[in-house]
Amino acid sequence: MQGYKVKKIFSEDLGRNNPVFIQVLGICSTLAVTNLLKNTVVMCAGLVFVTALSNVTISILRNYMPSRIRMMVETLIIASYVIIVDIMLKAFLPDVSRQLGPYVGLIITNCIIMGRAEAFALSNPPGLSFLDGIASGIGYSYVLLAIAFIREIMGSGSIWGYPLLGDWWTNWSIMVMAPGAFFTLAIFIWIVKGVLDRKEIAAS
Amino acid sequence: MSEGIAFYAIFFAAIFTNNILLTNYLGMCSFLAVSREVNTSVGLGWAVVFVMTATSALNWLAYHYILVPLDLTYLRYVVFIVVIAAFVQIVEMIIERMSDRLYIALGIFLPLITVNCAILGVSLFMVIRNYTFINSLFFGLGSGIGWMVAIIAMAGIRQKMARSRVPKGLAGAGIALIIAGIMALAFMGFSGMIKIS
Repeated sequence: MQGYKVKKIFSEDLGRNNPVFIQVLGICSTLAVTNLLKNTVVMCAGLVFVTALSNVTISILRNYMPSRIRMMVETLIIASYVIIVDIMLKAFLPDVSRQLGPYVGLIITNCIIMGRAEAFALSNPPGLSFLDGIASGIGYSYVLLAIAFIREIMGSGSIWGYPLLGDWWTNWSIMVMAPGAFFTLAIFIWIVKGVLDRKEIAAS
Repeated sequence: MSEGIAFYAIFFAAIFTNNILLTNYLGMCSFLAVSREVNTSVGLGWAVVFVMTATSALNWLAYHYILVPLDLTYLRYVVFIVVIAAFVQIVEMIIERMSDRLYIALGIFLPLITVNCAILGVSLFMVIRNYTFINSLFFGLGSGIGWMVAIIAMAGIRQKMARSRVPKGLAGAGIALIIAGIMALAFMGFSGMIKIS
């Protein structure tokens, strides 16, 4: 039973119920940091950390929180974990922290974290909530990483800051600017939805 | 303090060249969810303008008169989000008492606004860029108006699109993102007019 549930959590959060593709949640901070792969990796690590630990905390406290103020309590729990991430980034990766700017703080208003807290942590034990936090964090991250990969290689001809494509490549500077992010995500959603629809037709 | 920048430059830059939605991607969630009809977009737009202006001023005061003297600036995330939530709650109660018409027009949107990342984003940008009080006020106002312009334009386009045939996988969020991308391209035409960092 337990094993089945764990497997279900992962397959739901990574595939069928992926927060970015299917629910289109939390894309504010998604798009902003995807112009460079390195920033995205840092941001994703922060997000997985905050989602998992806030899910655990909320799950432990779920029987003690008065339901009328639970949103406020959840926000404060999330905000305290975000402060930890912010301080750690400032201490260990000051350059990345400066580039990410306000977007680290905006993890607080990322709808995914609050959404998982409301939908999962409030009705499940801490262990499963932790796994759910990790799974939805990863589900969010791999989409971001794919978008960042495409944007960086097309926009600057490099990966992780190393020039990869050489001199013959003309940079598509539009890809590192705002419109590139919108178009890339839209095309991703298109492909994924197309694949899922085809699977559904094949299954029926 | 950035003395060099005039408040009107910040105001116009926040609407056109540095539109909070189209260049900083903030407030996308409610942007995609609500922008189906022009009327509701106008309502939400006004609510955002109002809350953004007021909270950027309040957060400036809280940051510079409470957090900085006490050396507690690392607590700014918690303080900002509490100020925003409390302000939205108070405004909701006030309009509920004062005017039914206003409550119907704006009231339903107010709870949505607490979790709108653009509101918190404006306060964080204002701290990072070291704006003065007047500059922050106009930055909040300009960003709010910029967000409203974007969502109303989007709703207008989506209403017209209701009858056009969109590929199945793109329907909904996908096509909305493509429209947002084209709008961002159009707004890039303003770039270079005003420069703020």
